[in-house]
Amino acid sequence: MLDAVPGGLGAALSPDEWRAVTLSLKVSFWATVLSLPLGVAVAYALARHEFWGKQALNGLVHLPLILPPVVTGYLLLLTFGRKGMIGGFLDQSFGLVFAFRWTGAALTAAVMAFPLMVRAIRLAIEAVDPKLEQAASTLGASRPWVFATVTLPLILPGVIAGAILAFAKAMGEFGATITFVSNIPGQTQTLPSAIYSFLQVPGGDAKAMQLVLIAIAIALTALFLSEWVGRSVARRIAGS
Amino acid sequence: MTLSVRLTHRFGGFSLDAAFEAPMGVTAVFGRSGSGKTTVINAVAGLLRPDAGHVALDGRVLFDSSRKVFMPVHRRRLGYVFQEGRLFPHLSVRQNLDYGRWFAPREEGAGFDHVVAMLGIGALLDRRPGGLSGGEKQRVAIGRALLAKPRLLLMDEPLAALDEERKAEILPYLERLRDETEIPVLYVSHSMAEVARLATTLVLMEAGRVVRAGPAADVLSDPDSVPALGVRTAGASLHAIVAAQEEDGLTRLQTSAGPLLIPRVEAEIGARLAIRIPAQDVILSRNRPEGLSALNVLAATVTAVRLGEGPGAIIQLRAGEDLLLARVTRRSALALELAPGVACFAILKTVAVAQTNVGGAG
Repeated sequence: MLDAVPGGLGAALSPDEWRAVTLSLKVSFWATVLSLPLGVAVAYALARHEFWGKQALNGLVHLPLILPPVVTGYLLLLTFGRKGMIGGFLDQSFGLVFAFRWTGAALTAAVMAFPLMVRAIRLAIEAVDPKLEQAASTLGASRPWVFATVTLPLILPGVIAGAILAFAKAMGEFGATITFVSNIPGQTQTLPSAIYSFLQVPGGDAKAMQLVLIAIAIALTALFLSEWVGRSVARRIAGS
Repeated sequence: MTLSVRLTHRFGGFSLDAAFEAPMGVTAVFGRSGSGKTTVINAVAGLLRPDAGHVALDGRVLFDSSRKVFMPVHRRRLGYVFQEGRLFPHLSVRQNLDYGRWFAPREEGAGFDHVVAMLGIGALLDRRPGGLSGGEKQRVAIGRALLAKPRLLLMDEPLAALDEERKAEILPYLERLRDETEIPVLYVSHSMAEVARLATTLVLMEAGRVVRAGPAADVLSDPDSVPALGVRTAGASLHAIVAAQEEDGLTRLQTSAGPLLIPRVEAEIGARLAIRIPAQDVILSRNRPEGLSALNVLAATVTAVRLGEGPGAIIQLRAGEDLLLARVTRRSALALELAPGVACFAILKTVAVAQTNVGGAG
């Protein structure tokens, strides 16, 4: 069965399936890339600062991890739907629509993957000795410079690990996505939604299996990539 | 260049209330652990915001609680050498040295090549901090601080994490730093050997208070400093000139109080030295002693007697132009009738070279 995947990948897949794969990659890519700066900022705030509402922020970030995905999806629909508080505003002001669009899938993926991303980056930041940052500031570096020249290079392996973890999570997001943006082939049908759809029709098992194998291949590639990048960055930092 | 410091700070059960001035040269802040030394240096650096006070360097206000001035760390232009080096592990030695220069104004200051040569770190430039020895790391850290063109150099126990051999390796560099650069140094330490060797000004701290402050020679020869210094570490310094290298491996020194013989020091005839004489290694005698194995006996006059709370007493003596301290028992002090003005002889059991290459009269 494995030899059905490489080589004739495009040929073996129908256009809708192929679109599900590329859509999932697109959704996960943008979800990861756009949420990464915010993820680093939130992780930094949680790791390094004491402020009012810190526990509330921590709870909010972790909420998608513990809530049933359907609930998260429904809450997104309520707030980012066209009639939702934020969604309505974005629609009228910028023409930016989330509901039942791939952008909504990306938003959902970003929200669902955010806790994993923040956790990984936060652990990396906590492992950086604040004394190094102090030393940098005594040498004349302002806070943003300290972050850019000392903190960020030292947490880079953690940031990469967090990003890849978030990407993998985004690739697999199903419950909240289908609740918020539905399962429209070619528009909002991601890889997991497509697998689900095939399993709902008689004789769809073989098609589903193809997509399952692709999902496994993408996940494993991401995992190895993160290991490899993380290791080489860590080696460069350790300076051996 | 003068640093003036006046601070009060309170945290936990500890209260700090300290004020002193640090002129050019090396100002050592000496005290036991927990005496508040590190709090003082961190407040000067701006790493800690004290409850109240005033810190100014050459008239430039770094901190003034009454006017709500608190200059952030990165704008103070200070070099800070920490106990543990704190080199950036992801940068090479060269990049570490360059770090502060990115932010320093492009004005004349210590040049890269000069600093690298002074600290002897030219061979390390392309290496990473991870592979350096403790002594090498500390030299790079000193270089990094210097190249940030600081107006003041702060050093917090920079040798405390090193073994004796590494300390001996770095001390000459610190002496060169003191003698060759124009940057005042605030040096926190609990090691009397380092302080005696490096300090030109001494601030003694005890339980968050400044007990004594002034020129190092004055503070070290003051009997009232002894409780803060500790009876085992107290002792004064004498100025000496190398007079001759004797054939039996000794070096003859000339002091204002007379000649001294010490194990050979590699110094040219005429070189100026400071030698340290621990108070507990001085024996006093009313009559010129004879038939002693001790080589060094100086004629002296008692200038002050301080009876301690225990069985000990500290005697301050004038030997030539220098002051000495001697620690004797209270019983001996009474038996010998030691009082200001009394002439006696000081027998020196140990004499250690504290500073080489003392410029001028020190």
